[in-house]
Amino acid sequence: MEEKFIIQVENLTKKFGDFTAVNDISFKVKTGEIFAFLGPNGAGKTTTIKMLTTLLTPTSGNIHINGFNSVTKQDDARRSFGIVFQDPSLDDELTAYENMEYHGVLYKIPKDTRKKRIEEMLKFVELWNRKNELVKNFSGGMKRRLEIARGLLHHPKIFFLDEPTLGLDPQTRNHIWEYIQKLNKEEGTTIFFTTHYMEEADKVSNIIAIIDGGKIITQGTAEELKVKTKTTSLEDAFISLTGKQIREEEVSGADRMRMRRRMFNRMRR
Amino acid sequence: MDANVIYILWKRQLIRYSRSKSRMIGSIAQPLLFLFALGLGFSSVFQQAGQGNYFQFLTPGIISMAILFTAIFTGIEIIWDRQFGFLKETLVAPVSRLEIMIGRTLGGATVASLQGIIVMIIALLVGFVPQSLLMIPVAFAFMFLIATLFAAIGTAIASRLEDMQGFQLIMNFIVMPLFFLSGALFPLAGLPQVVGIISKVDLLSYGVDGIRSALTGVSYFGFAVDFAVLGVSTAVCLAIGSYLFSKMQI
Repeated sequence: MEEKFIIQVENLTKKFGDFTAVNDISFKVKTGEIFAFLGPNGAGKTTTIKMLTTLLTPTSGNIHINGFNSVTKQDDARRSFGIVFQDPSLDDELTAYENMEYHGVLYKIPKDTRKKRIEEMLKFVELWNRKNELVKNFSGGMKRRLEIARGLLHHPKIFFLDEPTLGLDPQTRNHIWEYIQKLNKEEGTTIFFTTHYMEEADKVSNIIAIIDGGKIITQGTAEELKVKTKTTSLEDAFISLTGKQIREEEVSGADRMRMRRRMFNRMRR
Repeated sequence: MDANVIYILWKRQLIRYSRSKSRMIGSIAQPLLFLFALGLGFSSVFQQAGQGNYFQFLTPGIISMAILFTAIFTGIEIIWDRQFGFLKETLVAPVSRLEIMIGRTLGGATVASLQGIIVMIIALLVGFVPQSLLMIPVAFAFMFLIATLFAAIGTAIASRLEDMQGFQLIMNFIVMPLFFLSGALFPLAGLPQVVGIISKVDLLSYGVDGIRSALTGVSYFGFAVDFAVLGVSTAVCLAIGSYLFSKMQI
């Protein structure tokens, strides 16, 4: 049975101690839609994605992914989506193929199908001829493409992308959106993504939700948001809705590690 | 339980181990230094005290040391996986946390056992004489048991740590005392009472004793006690490790 709304979120809240990262949000994503989830830094985007993808347990509220409750039917929900995280999540010491194989086994794809799919997906992102190279020798763009191939290996119905184009050059960014749009059109995969590049959101998405201070402040098409704020670009609409102030972000241990990792990588280069 | 899932997690640890030559060499160099420096340095004192050949006595202890250090480290590696983002990839997959824990721990235990075996082979090459070749598989069993035990303990600790900053603390306050008070370097018989009690609490003591009695025939606790203590504590630590790991938030 095909669900009309593939993602349903009701009164979702996440608190860390006294701090409310996500405050009673509700929204629905239609099957087959490209849904942009925008917001300033620290607005609650990543926390929301972590809850949608079962990495964090909500403090209260309900999430249904492909009809499965994300807390009580965790594994069914997990099988329904693929994800590209904001930070790299590949094993650098493994080859591209080994990273794919690891994913395929965890998602219990039978061996023959697995081989075929890995080849198909690596060809899709144009990495098939580098399949036996260690990932640590890949460029940022190649790693991202590999993560996309990996996230799609098990044929997910929903594809989450948390700032998939961060830090990539315009060529690679275009390339990546081409893959994603193709996937959406040909396979009907629902796309849920976050980005800070407003022109990307404007160009690619069917619908946009803006989150700020843990609340969804508005939702609509890019045109609707521009009309509503009497602006001509999505960037202006975004600023008019969320204000000009630069956000202070609470830095968690994980973020600190990420920063250190980035510095470490830069030093290596 | 899905055997394929456990297998791929295990395989990943072995691939990573086989690719990092520097780590392999680094974690063997230290035990060998202990083996040769202490083995040669104390041999005449040990002999004069009527305790026999110190190199024979020390080898099982140093095998245990190699296993202890590597096993704890493979558990701690979860922090690296978290730091390098790979843990998220594993945690969003539709597999139980217990499977992940078991696969990782067995992989780490295998790597640690291999390190122990390498030390053993080097010791054999330079003159260590086992009492009987038939008992070597028994020594292997003890080696794998302590490898699993300490890999599970490493995982349990790592689940509670945010970053690698705590690593030095663990080395100084857990790993080193476990090693020095285990009877790896000196006989447990006739120790001052306090040290004697601590060494009985130290789980590594039973591993050293098991390996030593399999290889040299000298035993302090006896096989049955060694095996029972290690078997039970490994099961308990696996359970605790799985629980803490399942509570780990990204």
